[in-house]
Amino acid sequence: MALLQISEPGMSTAPHQHRLAVGIDLGTTNSLVASVRSGIARVLDDIQGRSLVPSVVRYHADGKVEVGFEAQIRQSDDPHNTIVSVKRFMGRSLADLGDPGRFPYKFVDAPGMVQLQTAAGNKSPVEVSADILKVLRDRAERSLGGDLVGAVITVPAYFDDAQRQATKDAAKLAGLNILRLLNEPTAAAIAYGLDNAAEGVYAVYDLGGGTFDVSILKLTRGLFEVLSTNGDSALGGDDFDQRVFCWIVEQSRLTPLNAKDTRLLLTRAREAKEQLTEHDEARITALLSTGELVDLNLTTAKFNEITANLVSKTLAPTRKALRDAGLAADEVKGVVMVGGATRMPCIRHAVGEFFGQTPLTNLDPDKVVALGAAMQADVLAGNRKQDDDWLLLDVIPLSLGLETMGGLTEKVIPRNTTIPVARAQEFTTFKDGQTAMSFHVVQGERELVSDCRSLAKFELRGIPPMVAGAARIRVTFQVDADGLLSVSARELGTGIEAAITVKPSYGLSDDEIAGMLNDANAFAEEDMKARALNEQRVDGNSLVQATRAALEQDGEALLSLEERAAIRAGIADLEQRIAAEDHLAIKRAVESLNEATGDFAARRMDASVKKALRGHKLNEL
Amino acid sequence: MSITVTDKAAKHISNFLGKRGKGIGLRLGVRTTGCSGMAYKLEFVDEEQGEDVRFDSNGVTVFVDPKSLPYLDGMELDFAREGLNEGFKFNNPNVKNMCGCGESFNV
Repeated sequence: MALLQISEPGMSTAPHQHRLAVGIDLGTTNSLVASVRSGIARVLDDIQGRSLVPSVVRYHADGKVEVGFEAQIRQSDDPHNTIVSVKRFMGRSLADLGDPGRFPYKFVDAPGMVQLQTAAGNKSPVEVSADILKVLRDRAERSLGGDLVGAVITVPAYFDDAQRQATKDAAKLAGLNILRLLNEPTAAAIAYGLDNAAEGVYAVYDLGGGTFDVSILKLTRGLFEVLSTNGDSALGGDDFDQRVFCWIVEQSRLTPLNAKDTRLLLTRAREAKEQLTEHDEARITALLSTGELVDLNLTTAKFNEITANLVSKTLAPTRKALRDAGLAADEVKGVVMVGGATRMPCIRHAVGEFFGQTPLTNLDPDKVVALGAAMQADVLAGNRKQDDDWLLLDVIPLSLGLETMGGLTEKVIPRNTTIPVARAQEFTTFKDGQTAMSFHVVQGERELVSDCRSLAKFELRGIPPMVAGAARIRVTFQVDADGLLSVSARELGTGIEAAITVKPSYGLSDDEIAGMLNDANAFAEEDMKARALNEQRVDGNSLVQATRAALEQDGEALLSLEERAAIRAGIADLEQRIAAEDHLAIKRAVESLNEATGDFAARRMDASVKKALRGHKLNEL
Repeated sequence: MSITVTDKAAKHISNFLGKRGKGIGLRLGVRTTGCSGMAYKLEFVDEEQGEDVRFDSNGVTVFVDPKSLPYLDGMELDFAREGLNEGFKFNNPNVKNMCGCGESFNV
């Protein structure tokens, strides 16, 4: 028997047509998947009840891939093949990374986007992210009991087109249909229901494990605009652990530590930090491999003292974000806290003081982004009526424009324009007799092209020779609901046209994606078998249960001794098949038990109809 | 005529209704569709329809339209967990056979 969820009034779906949709927070440190079921957004846990999936992927030489906790525990044994924080490399070239030496990976300088050398071959960040997404998709499909119609995946507000496209490609590779990419701070605001709240400016303070982002959002008519973002890509909860760790080493006057002891003390440091969320002091004890014993008491006051400058390091970008938005702290209407590290009382206190108000903390800060994404996915999948006051708009995060003479940027679509959008602008030739024009599409707020991000280049040829300035070339920028761009140029005299869809310059072509999908299909048969087996087992078990219940209830009244024995034998046979691994054998056993019980079911039906009709006239029904 | 809701199902329904912030109960119904002829309908109710028959069970109000009632009479709504999945289950004495997934049935 299938398990049903409660739909909104009038929104029931036909059998097998459930519009199952999820929201995915594809994080730097951890990822989550959430869905709206029976009207409530909830994060989907694994079988052990864990909601987070560490964003860690480990590749083996034989092609085996481990994701999440099992990859994370091997991180220090196998650093080259265990990829952490892959989000930092999405859509980035080797040049973008600055100093690649600070990462433990062997990078390959592929065109546009770096790749990582692993035991299983070179992996693009897109493939690594896809492996994380596959785990989340699998969890979602098992939790929701069916195939997904789509997913909303969140990305940082500052992600440019290349990074967004890379995220979309990863989803495609993982077999997910993207309903929309959603900005993380917007998702958090949606989870708090701020889209239905009063218009105004909201701040989202997101302190994760290793990254800090602050965004200033403006809500007008249910639509969020990102006014400004700022942050520190190398600041997070882990740095607080590190401070406590240093304090332990200093207090206990420890000799230089080996890797194992370092890990042990970092764990103790994190535990102490977490304990201080609820208590005023935390005891730290550890026995090191050198025989040294650590036994310390860390008070809240001491913790606040040693981490004070980390806290103020988050307030500087917050101040900048406000300044970029042209606002003062007291103009902010509400502050949303995101990320596990915002559980620390010192952070809540500092943020509260900075904005002069108590920040919103009643939702789990680790889950709030995924929950908001799930709510958006539910709407986009069509599970809510239009009149429910759900606006589905988003804005482009960075201005889009063209390079003009002199390496300057001409903005065609300014940032924060709501999408989908199309804008056109006319350009002309620069030289007499010029017959071709090359277009360079860029993204960014800066004036100089060299300071913006290059998205694409294309050429329009066959312009009839004219004097400079006579040709009229209309360039149209079109951004779809996912924030992805296509650009076309048309010479208005002759009608010749050239167009490009911005496959950002990191260049994963459709062919390459198809190739990756083929590789993925190599494992598909195995997956399919496992899935068929699971489905047949569920079917078989429910039939066994139903038949047993029926036998117990009506068996003696409606069946002869032999008939009962035959049905019991059928049940025993089916149970045996369920315990084995052959899904076809289970299917056959289900069919034969169904056949054996056909008469019984008919007799039960007759009996219950008689019972139901007793004392009723026909026209009462 | 009776329709009942188990303790477990009632607890989940009250929780869902509470978090949803509006709604007066639950609508159960059948529709003719699906691979075995009929399918269940399970929806929140914001306002009662004219001809609805009401049942109260374990603190939950269940609304059933009169056309669906003969197919649902005597049934019990339960909440169950199967592996990672969880949801509502119709224990319906009127059902003769179901399609493999149990989402549609005939009587």
